[in-house]
Amino acid sequence: MTADLRTYLAHVELPNPVLTASGCGGTGRELAQFSDVHRLGAFVTRSITMAPRAGRPTPRMAETPSGLLNAVGLQGPGVEAFLERELPWLAERGARTVVSIGGGTVTEYTALARRLAGVDGITAVEINLSCPNVEDRGRVFARDGAAAAEVVASVRAATPYEVPVIAKLSPDVADVVAVARACVDGGADALAMINTPVGMSIDVDTMRPSLAAGTGGLSGPAVRPLAVRCVWQVHAALPGVPIIGMGGVTTGRDALELVLAGACAVAVGTALFHDPYACPRVLRELEELLQERGFDRLADAVGLAHRPAGAQPRTRTDLEESSL
Amino acid sequence: MAGSPVQVTGTVLTTRRVDAYHALTVVAPGIADRFRPGHFVTVAVGGRDSSMLTRRAFTIHDVKPDYGGTVELVFGVRGAGTAWLADLRARDTLDLVGPLGRPFPLPRDPCTCVLVGDEHGAAALFALADALQQRGCRVDFVLGAPSADRVFGALRARRMGETTTLTTEDGSLGMRGRVTDVLPGVIADARADAVYACGPMEMLRGVTTVAVEFDIPVQVAVEESMACGIGVCMTCVVPVIGDDGVTRMVRACTEGPVFRGERVRFDDVGTIPFDALGAPGGRHA
Repeated sequence: MTADLRTYLAHVELPNPVLTASGCGGTGRELAQFSDVHRLGAFVTRSITMAPRAGRPTPRMAETPSGLLNAVGLQGPGVEAFLERELPWLAERGARTVVSIGGGTVTEYTALARRLAGVDGITAVEINLSCPNVEDRGRVFARDGAAAAEVVASVRAATPYEVPVIAKLSPDVADVVAVARACVDGGADALAMINTPVGMSIDVDTMRPSLAAGTGGLSGPAVRPLAVRCVWQVHAALPGVPIIGMGGVTTGRDALELVLAGACAVAVGTALFHDPYACPRVLRELEELLQERGFDRLADAVGLAHRPAGAQPRTRTDLEESSL
Repeated sequence: MAGSPVQVTGTVLTTRRVDAYHALTVVAPGIADRFRPGHFVTVAVGGRDSSMLTRRAFTIHDVKPDYGGTVELVFGVRGAGTAWLADLRARDTLDLVGPLGRPFPLPRDPCTCVLVGDEHGAAALFALADALQQRGCRVDFVLGAPSADRVFGALRARRMGETTTLTTEDGSLGMRGRVTDVLPGVIADARADAVYACGPMEMLRGVTTVAVEFDIPVQVAVEESMACGIGVCMTCVVPVIGDDGVTRMVRACTEGPVFRGERVRFDDVGTIPFDALGAPGGRHA
């Protein structure tokens, strides 16, 4: 008996809850050398921008204990090249594609959403809100509930109703629940968290910052407790909103931790750099763990850690007894 | 599929010290079968539950058919990851992904090639020399390092090469100086038709300058720090001029590590050139 791993992002059904995290799966072709992209719950693209972007200078990466600092700077070919070369390839392979979008102004996000509207092969649109807002002295949208909500509302308005809009939140805020609530009020159908918190490392040999950009986003198991906390808080406040949990997921146990905190889907990011087979492995491990614990539906485990201490988990056995 | 990489858990067959370096032979038939000179592999370091998340990339020194196929990696201890690798013993297992990257293109007709290597970068040259000689090419080696114990493969180069020129910065072996100091002489004497080079960026820049002066093709294998090696992390980018004349930030792991030397903008490595595709404020933005 295999567990039912289907999950829903708003009304869109995914066959399983394991996704790639934005910016960690390349164009999909790189991972396809190792495992089929259509076996993913969904493939999340790197953040697509309007114009091509060369990104940040190197060094762009520094390893930290159980973590990775990166400052890639959204290098990408721009939306036109993405639609011409990358999306059709993913659609051909049968992948469900979540297109992540990034911009410097509300207008740019809106223009991207308009460009993507009506294009075949887009399962959902994810808004990368951790981009500097050029109209607000470079403060990232995700740090300001009102700015985030404005982006979400305008992207939602420009996106066809059948395509869910996902807001990706940053943990670098005083109150993640307030930003989450603002995004949902702005029309977000689902939330993704966490984007990388900003970190820094200094090379003591050169006595300079390790990254050319100075600071970078910290990812990997080092940030997992931060992710679990954010998912927990937001799920407690907004239990009806689907959450894609991410942050340092490397095993099925890590995925289950986020599911128990309230995530209905889990994205694998930095682990893909370490193990290109991470997604199918995490899925297999998650399924085994669910079965060991007597779940036959993933949905029964979502947010289960919120039940009062001492309460029994809802299991199949309970349901059978109650239906007698 | 010849080119597609595989992930394997290989068993360490032998470990040995080669002067200042460590060499590790690992049973990995899937990688050995697909290997072509210039390919590299990445390894996961630190074992299960390692706190080191990035994979370490190494060029393949040698491929042998024993035990279904083995690959040999050569490395110097530079940090916690390479120290862990250096502590591996025979029968330990190692997680490898490979072969990765664009291999060295080989000339269609027999010609004379100068192979230039700096420190353990020279490790990548011997499989290449073998492939060139099988095509009837003449091979000349130029190997360099800061000191004698860090010149890699001098003996094997002497055995394989028509000539072998060694340089050390402290003069402890061969000529005092750098590989680029002796390269013009070697190219002229051998009447070389092509140059292949492997080593740090600074040395590749010098080699490319010399080859351009002689107006002969030069293929360089760059060493840029990588996190994944498979093309998803976007951290190993170098500015390279494409066929269309446009400079792009391309991944050393996927579009490289081997590039035509004159296409790599060595002066701009570590920056985003203002005229690169998508550069901030650039003409394409």
